[in-house]
Amino acid sequence: MILDEVRALVVQHGRLMVGAAAIAPETDLYEVGLTSLATVHLMLALEEHFGVEFPDRMLGRRTFESVRAITEAIDALRA
Amino acid sequence: MSLVAFREALVGAGLLVPTAERGVFARSGVFEGVVVAFERAIQEMDSPSSAEQLHFPPVFARADYCCLNHAHHFPDLMGSVHTFTGGGPEHAALVRQLEAGEDWSRGLAASGVMLVPAACYPLYPTARGTLPPEGRTVDIAGWVFRREPSDDPHRMQAFRQRERVRLGTAEQALSFRDAGVERYAGLLRALGLPVEKVVANDPFFGRGGRLAAATQREQELKFELVVPFGERVVAVASANYHLDTFGVAFGIRSASGASAHTACHGFGLERVALALFWHHGLDPAAWPERVRGVLGFEA
Repeated sequence: MILDEVRALVVQHGRLMVGAAAIAPETDLYEVGLTSLATVHLMLALEEHFGVEFPDRMLGRRTFESVRAITEAIDALRA
Repeated sequence: MSLVAFREALVGAGLLVPTAERGVFARSGVFEGVVVAFERAIQEMDSPSSAEQLHFPPVFARADYCCLNHAHHFPDLMGSVHTFTGGGPEHAALVRQLEAGEDWSRGLAASGVMLVPAACYPLYPTARGTLPPEGRTVDIAGWVFRREPSDDPHRMQAFRQRERVRLGTAEQALSFRDAGVERYAGLLRALGLPVEKVVANDPFFGRGGRLAAATQREQELKFELVVPFGERVVAVASANYHLDTFGVAFGIRSASGASAHTACHGFGLERVALALFWHHGLDPAAWPERVRGVLGFEA
């Protein structure tokens, strides 16, 4: 399931202050320590893993604010 | 006047002397006189000041550079100092390559230092540990390097920044930045420059950089004071809130034990001088009395 794949990538690249168990789909990733630089790494990892490219209109904090938001963005790009 | 024409006028007036490398200039005594007078005007505006002063050389430790994420965000702008450490045979090869017009830089090795990319960067590694409850405020002026060769006189590869940096809590850093940008705008307006404050972003590299730039703008972490040069505007000062980026990177803590937040505001000294030359003419003796007064030039 995409949600779990996204969560795994978030844990791997997000350099968060909490572990995977503490990240619900709606958890605000910025609240748990997602920095600007980590967001960049995460975006590049998501693009490689899912074979997508985030267009400029999606390059903003909201796109990456939660596992759910990222999953919806990936879904939209793959639709 | 186009910016290239402006560059030619500056060179023609002897204010800037070009070198073999684009964006690397010598400055005339008149040009330096404007920079020195402007720095004095900043000091006067800030007086009385309880800020510390630190003077850094234009190079800093490679080990500290590596903690800054500069290579992640601005790889195209960095300047690394490489030196010769070989023996006799390597020296002979280097001279042979140099005289043959070949690439002789392969015989060089990375030294322990990097060129300073922003005047405040060398400060943070020296600030490790716990800050006093009131935080710290530090004045810094220094040479910085950014590899962006250009014919645009504003885009020099080596130039000076004069900055004031705040280290403390989030509230201390933010209120410092926001008050500073208004004071800076006031000084520039007193110098007859039509300045405007705009939300800005740093020139982050590559595709990831587009996201970093959008994020920086969304959070309004950076403001620039821009001055029109004909149809273009050019930033002459900026004010930045770094969140706890440097606090985390270098183990700087506020008195409460949390990672320190930092902010800085600074002028690009050459750009301020260029703005004055553009708006008031190439001869400071003919500048408006009011402007000359602020700069402390003889009436």
